[in-house]
Amino acid sequence: MKRRSAAALTVGAILVAVSSLGAETWKPLSDDGLHDASNPSLEILQEPAEALVVLQPDTAGNKVNWVTALQSREINPRSSLSGDIDPEILDLDIVMTGTLPLPNVIFPHRPHTEWMGCETCHEELFVSVTGANPINMGQILQGKYCGLCHGAVSFPLTECNRCHSVRRENIIMAPASGAIREREQ
Amino acid sequence: MLLVPAALSQAEYADVVINTRAEAEDVSPVIFPHWFHRIRFQCSVCHVDLGIRMKAGTTGISMDKIINGEYCGACHNGDIAWSPENCDLCHSGQAGLETGIKGGHKTAGPGIY
Repeated sequence: MKRRSAAALTVGAILVAVSSLGAETWKPLSDDGLHDASNPSLEILQEPAEALVVLQPDTAGNKVNWVTALQSREINPRSSLSGDIDPEILDLDIVMTGTLPLPNVIFPHRPHTEWMGCETCHEELFVSVTGANPINMGQILQGKYCGLCHGAVSFPLTECNRCHSVRRENIIMAPASGAIREREQ
Repeated sequence: MLLVPAALSQAEYADVVINTRAEAEDVSPVIFPHWFHRIRFQCSVCHVDLGIRMKAGTTGISMDKIINGEYCGACHNGDIAWSPENCDLCHSGQAGLETGIKGGHKTAGPGIY
């Protein structure tokens, strides 16, 4: 009985410690290692915590789920300077099969086009033909292709299963060339 | 707490330091916060419509161009956002910062961001 309650106490202490990390989720501007704490502008600039705490939370990056925050209309970022252009949204999944032994990757156009339209990626960063972009994880880790944004602005590359998301029973055995398929929604 | 690594002074994820010319010309480096701007604008507004490149330091932004209404100046003109006379609001960085995006391409470990 004593051992069990000691174990429960330990688990409880760890949980308390982990939840207290929430208090450190967003550093104040004066302590973020970037801003000059003696700069008078820090009294005018908004603190990240103030703006981000009200948005849908996430466990990585800014600790904000930007996709669901946009979809649930918590934020309404304009798609043009004047704000009068409707964004072009495409609902089309691309399945990348050359990922074994990791699960196959699904690239969903919908959340990406909700944020970026078409031209942010096409054609300068990605050719809009399935199988035409020689993407591999090494290049992504170096900041190319998906890695241009993921790891910089959108969720970082430590979140493997957000991309490598195809269930094991649905994995497609691909030839070595890493064929890519389209999957209409 | 014992579980939190010490001295983790992390910049807000996706903050961009621009110090290609600033410190050489005796002003503080610029800190551009993505979080504030993406609440208000989609990615394509700056990265397609305004031509700001997705690599820190490669666009060639200068005060002349900003005052002329290019890049940051498309909004930071006193109408949509503060005017470029408010130097400190952008030039708010510590001395010696290197140009680059913070929290990017450095997988220091799961959940470290």
